Formats: sequence, structure tokens, C-alpha cells
Amino acid sequence: MSTTLNAKKAVAKKALDAHVRKIVGWHFDPDTGSPFWLNFAKQKKWDPRKDVKCYEDLERFGNFQDEWLRGGPVRKWVPKAYANSPISIFETGGSTGVPKARINVNDFRTDYENFSDTLPDKFFPKGANWLSLGPTGPRRLRMAVEHLCQHRGGICFMVDLDPRWVIKLLRRGQIQEAELYKSHVVDQGLTLLKAHDINCMFTTPKLLEAICEKVSLKKLGIKGIFCGGTEMTPQFHRFAVEELLDGIYFAPTYGNTLMGLATHKAPTKEDNWAIIYYPPAPRAILEVVDPDKTDNLVEYGATGRVRLTTLTKEFFVPRFLERDECEREAPCDQYPWDGVRNVRPFSRFQKNVVEGVY
Amino acid sequence: MLHIPILRKGTPYRSVETETAVHYRTREPFVEYSRANTGLVQRDLNSQGEAHKILSAFTVAELMEISKRAGKHFGDDELPLGDSLQSPQQYVESVSATTGLPWVMVRRNMTKIRGVMEEIETVLRGLTRLPDLELLDRGHGRVDGNAVSFYPRGHSLGVILPSNSPGVHALWVPAIAMKTPLVLKPGSSEPWSPYRIAQAFIKAGLPKEVFGYYPTGHAGGGEILRRCGRGMLFGDVGAAKAWQGDPRIEIHGPGYSKIIIGADQADNWEKYLDVMVESIVQNSGRSCVNASSIWVTKHSREIADALAQRLAKVTPREESDPQAEIAPFANPDVARRLSSVIDGDMDSDVTDATAKYRDGSRVAEYQNCTYLLPTILHVNSAEHALANREFLFPFATVVEVKNDELPEVCGPTLVATALTSDQQLINRMLASPHIGRLNVGPLSTMKISWDQPHEGNLFDHLYARRAFQMAS
Repeated sequence: MSTTLNAKKAVAKKALDAHVRKIVGWHFDPDTGSPFWLNFAKQKKWDPRKDVKCYEDLERFGNFQDEWLRGGPVRKWVPKAYANSPISIFETGGSTGVPKARINVNDFRTDYENFSDTLPDKFFPKGANWLSLGPTGPRRLRMAVEHLCQHRGGICFMVDLDPRWVIKLLRRGQIQEAELYKSHVVDQGLTLLKAHDINCMFTTPKLLEAICEKVSLKKLGIKGIFCGGTEMTPQFHRFAVEELLDGIYFAPTYGNTLMGLATHKAPTKEDNWAIIYYPPAPRAILEVVDPDKTDNLVEYGATGRVRLTTLTKEFFVPRFLERDECEREAPCDQYPWDGVRNVRPFSRFQKNVVEGVY
Repeated sequence: MLHIPILRKGTPYRSVETETAVHYRTREPFVEYSRANTGLVQRDLNSQGEAHKILSAFTVAELMEISKRAGKHFGDDELPLGDSLQSPQQYVESVSATTGLPWVMVRRNMTKIRGVMEEIETVLRGLTRLPDLELLDRGHGRVDGNAVSFYPRGHSLGVILPSNSPGVHALWVPAIAMKTPLVLKPGSSEPWSPYRIAQAFIKAGLPKEVFGYYPTGHAGGGEILRRCGRGMLFGDVGAAKAWQGDPRIEIHGPGYSKIIIGADQADNWEKYLDVMVESIVQNSGRSCVNASSIWVTKHSREIADALAQRLAKVTPREESDPQAEIAPFANPDVARRLSSVIDGDMDSDVTDATAKYRDGSRVAEYQNCTYLLPTILHVNSAEHALANREFLFPFATVVEVKNDELPEVCGPTLVATALTSDQQLINRMLASPHIGRLNVGPLSTMKISWDQPHEGNLFDHLYARRAFQMAS
């Protein structure tokens, strides 16, 4: 590792520790903190504001329990400092049962404005109109993509997709219905693309495949595509670039309601189409941990479970174990902190019993 | 490590995503194969018409000649496999390595596939019942003085293949001679056979474009079935259920094949013991045509006991041993899970007749491999959860019922061997919509005649008849 990168890592770590102290101080200050964390602190024999001095000290919180995000009162998450601000709710999960919810004031705007800085103007021209073809409803994407577009001076056309309905159809085995719904969404997108001057798009991998079966997006004027929302494999990455997009800039992303938006590292030949993301540190940190000993990070290149820590003034989530796995990626010059490679659903949650021969 | 590519219209494509199949003994990766993403499959299937056009330019006679030559290549020659070549013996050893099947069983299945390719004319005549196969080239003709005309129902046949035993490939191979391009999704532990069959046809002169070979996931398999004009699915209970009711898809799910002994033959059960044993054990119980239950009107306990004594002699052997009768599980966890499923449903109405004749448990270890030893259960009631089950090893229940309940009480049955001279019972079986293939007399359920339809007739699946008149 170069001296320059080591120096950058040291600077980033110092900034992260300072940010951790600031955020923990904010959330556990009775004047600014949220009821949930203030109550949490009351039950502990240690004081987060005094005892958390660096990122590693967040270990004292243990792993964040996702059950804490299900059910109300949702105001327990609102920091006192934002009590009178307009609050949005963004949800994740929810195909069955109560979804996990997080509150939001401006985080999504900040995250997407930061992300905007990583998009090349040549392919995502300032002032260009966008089409957002993907999940909306209670998801952050509903507002985030539109804000990204507006931040860059454009107007965003929206087509909504309800992924919970799709999951329900698939679980019931109503594949044909799911296909019809996908066509319904794609057809709406095509109508907009043909009727308006749209140069940029957000969509999911499946919808991108579906729309590219029907038209050449390049011929319709699309220059850049920001793709995310579901798992993306290296082979999909290659297939999209080599066979679907015909030179359109492809920006894959890994984002979720709790974290924000992780940016894709520009691919190199050595990466062999691996999709490598870096979190928006210090606002969020992604780590790759041993699934059996979640306090331990795995070695670089090794596979483990994704652990997320979100550190913003609006929302504090220490050490949340995602339902994803990936390989741990080393820091690089552009992002001198840990990244994640080839994120995919956590394999241990996927088991089937096969019965019968055929 | 050996790598098997995807075949996109016959052209090898190496995917960034790969999977490996492990050697059943070492559990070490044995072969790597490219995995196709769903979008890639979708994209290729958008132009199925091109491959159909290519095959349509051949006559059936030409395709049958190609098929015959391909059968010889499949059985005798070195054929391309990824960047290397594979000899027939390497094929046998490879299939054995990833499925656990002993060599003798792989060879038996290989002979079956080759037989269908070489005897394609007999097979086609059996399936089409057409005296003149040129009728398929012309699209119309006369049979017994009547005008007939057939048209293809789709531009390709998509097949979702299993890993349990290569013999099933004999079912789809005739599609080529019926001018139907193939889109194949191999089983995760058996990538070998469909690739080798495709290469044999290509070597025999068939344009490579008529073959798609896509190792892919569940979603990719779904796309193949959805987008090909016609489909064929080999799958477990869950997979089969998802496509039931779709007339485009011929489903080969669990067979629940049976031997039924009528009341008139009940006292003669001992003379049928060999047929029962063969039906249960052959091919290590991995086929849908293996008997998984014996239905009798009396002597059920004696039959179960006699079968148990015979099957207790079936023990694990070397993969190269010509006497090998059972195969280990490539994944030991599957063996343990299946055994647990059986144990979980055992109660006072069920007796494991084999337990007292074997040393130790049903799950056996031999040379670092895991086997499920043959198992015969005596089940008191036809309604019992274990009465009508099928597992991936020599397993059968013996169930006692009343003669007049037969065959309705047996439920869906792919192959029924009826051991009876009771014409009324035979008539009821002939009339039953639940029996796919009926053997009357002491024929093993495993005895297959390939000119007979099997879970549907491939010709009827691929072609439809239209009304036709031509002014003279």
C-alpha cells in the first residue's frame, strides 16, 4: 500500500473518530438527542458521551436490533433538535409483517447531493430531465431520485413500482401476473421516454433488462443510467455494459434506507466486472464481519456478512447486521476506507428441502 | 479446473459468474461452469425463430441420419468439452464424480441415450404414428386415405434438466429430429450430458445454432420455460407445482410409480419378488419410474419383510464395481435431511421393515461418502403421510388396501405394474386418469419402451394437428 494511501487512510480515520464523537454526543445530549437513544443510555452503566471516543468504541452498543425499527411510536427516533421539522418516513422490508422504518429530515438530500458529485456531467448533463422507473411508495427512492435530478437542474418523471406486490405474486407462484405487472411498469416508462426529452434514468436491474428488450435506450436519447435497488452481479454488470447499453454510462449503486448511498468505484480490468462500493464515510460505514463472530472483521478479499453503521445527526444506527454478504474490499485512493465487493443476499438465509425424484 | 461454458446459439460464452459441482467423495470442486444471468437468457430467446428456420431447412430423414451419427459420436468418440476433449470413459467418470452414480449405472444410462439417438426412426414412428415421416417436411399428407396436417406449436423446446440420473435426456433428444431447436438448462450437478449430446449432434453435422445451453438459476430457468414455445420441466414437488396447468409445459415431477397386486394374485406374491426388487432398486431408486410403493390386498407384512431381507443385501460398493447397486449422495446433507423427513413422519402405524436387517442406521458412511440404505416401510393406512412418497434412493412402502379401492386409492401414478388377471381391476386401471403408463403382468416399472409416450407424447407436445383440405 502506498504511503499516500496510508496517509489518506489516517486522515480518514481521524475524521471518522471525530465524527463519531460528534454524532454520539448529539444523539445522547438531552437537548438534541432522540427519546430512543436517551432512554437506551439511561439503562446502561456507561455514558456514551464520555465513553465513546473513537469508532471502535461503538462496540459497546453491541449489534443494533432490526426489531427496534418495527412499530411505533416512530417519534422515538426523532432527535429533539428536529422535533419541529417536517419528518419523512422511509421503510425497508415489509413484504410480510411490519416494515422497518427510519425517520428522515434532510439526510436523503445530503446523501444524493454527495452522490451527484460522483456522476460525470458528460453522461448526466446538468439540466437534463430524468426518468425514475422503480420502487416508490414508502421508499426513500421516491424522493431521492427526484431530488438528485432537481439538484442537477432537471425535472424528474416518475413511474411507480410496488415491489411488495411483486414479491407477493412471486411467492404465490403467480409468475405471469408478475410479468404483466413488470410490462405495465415498463410500458409506462417507454411512453414517457418517447414523449419527452429525457437523458438520464434511474432504474433497477430487472427493469433495465426489460426495457432494453423493447428499445435501444441510446436511440431514445439516454446518456447515463443510475441503477440500483436490488442485487447486481458482476455478470449483470458486464451484460449491461456489453449488450444492453451501447455506450450509455452505467452507474451501479448499493443503497438502502438505513445507510444512504454507496458509490461505485470506477471499474478496472483487474476487477473483472466486480461491483465495488464504498460507503459515504464518515456518514455511514460498511464493514464485513465473520457471520459467526460478528465482532470480528474478515480479511480483505474474504467473504462475510455486511455490517452497517449510520452516523448522521438525524439517525444513529450502530453495527446493524444487514441481510447481505460480500467480500471485504481494501481502501483505495479515492475512498481511503473499507469497501464491499459483490454484495448479494446472505446465503445462510436461503435453504430449501427437495423432495421427490423426477 | 475444467470449465464448461454457456452455449449461446451453439457459441461458447464464458460468464463472469461461475458455479462449481463438487466431487461426491472429496467434496472438492470438480468442474466449474459458467452461469448465465437471466437477462442474457431472455435476450437470446428473443431470436428463437432463427434457429427454427435453420432446422426447418432439413428434412426429417436428414435429421434422423444426423441423430444416428450423433448417437455413435455420443457413445464412442472424444467430444469437445470447454477447451478440452472428453472421451466416453471420461464422461462416465465425470457424471459419476458429480452425481455419485456408480459407473455401471452411468453406462446403462449412456446406452439408453445412445439407443434413442440411433433408433430415432423407431422412436419417431412410435411417437408420431405416421407411416410417412416426410409428411412433417411437407406439413401435410394422407394417412389411411385421410388428409392430415401438422404445425409446430413453438419455435423451440426449453428443457429444465435434473441432476439425479442422465437417462431422462432420452426424453428430449428426439426433438431435434422433429425440427425443434433446444434450449437446455442443465442440472447443477450434471452439466455433462446435455453438453455432450449437443456436441455429438454438432459433430454429426447439425448447425450449432440450434443449441442453447444455459446453466442458470431458478429465475433463468423460469425465463426458458416462459419464452420457449414449448417446455419440459424435470423438478421436485415445489418446482412442478409452479407450472402445473400450463399446457405449454410438460412436467416430469415425482412419479410415485407403483406395483399393484390384485386380490387374485395376492397369495402368489413371492413369485413377483424379483420384479418388486428390480423396480425399487434399479438405478439406485433415482428414477421417476422406480416403484416407491407396493399396494396389496393381503400379506403386506410378509411382503415388506421379504423385500427388506432382499434389500438389506444391497450395500455400498466402489464406484467402479460392476455390481454396485446404490449411489451415494453428492451432498451428504441431503441424505441426512431426507432420512429426517422419513423419521419425522414415522409413528405407530408405520414399521421400518428394513431396520432389523441392517447394521446401524439408514444413513450409512462408506469410504467417506454418505448413502441412504434401501428402506421398506410397512404402512397401515393409505391415508398415512408416508404411504405415497418418493425419495432419491431405493425406498418403498407396502400398503394394504381393499381390492375394490384399487386403483383410485393409489393416487397419481406415473407407472403402474398391475399383477392381476382380474379383468375388472385391469379395466378400472385402463380407465384411470391417474395412471400414466400401465404394465399388465410381471414387468418392472423400470422397463421403458421409448416408442411409447412417457408423461405425455413429445410429438403431440411439439406439434398440433390442423384441419386441412386441398382442392385436387
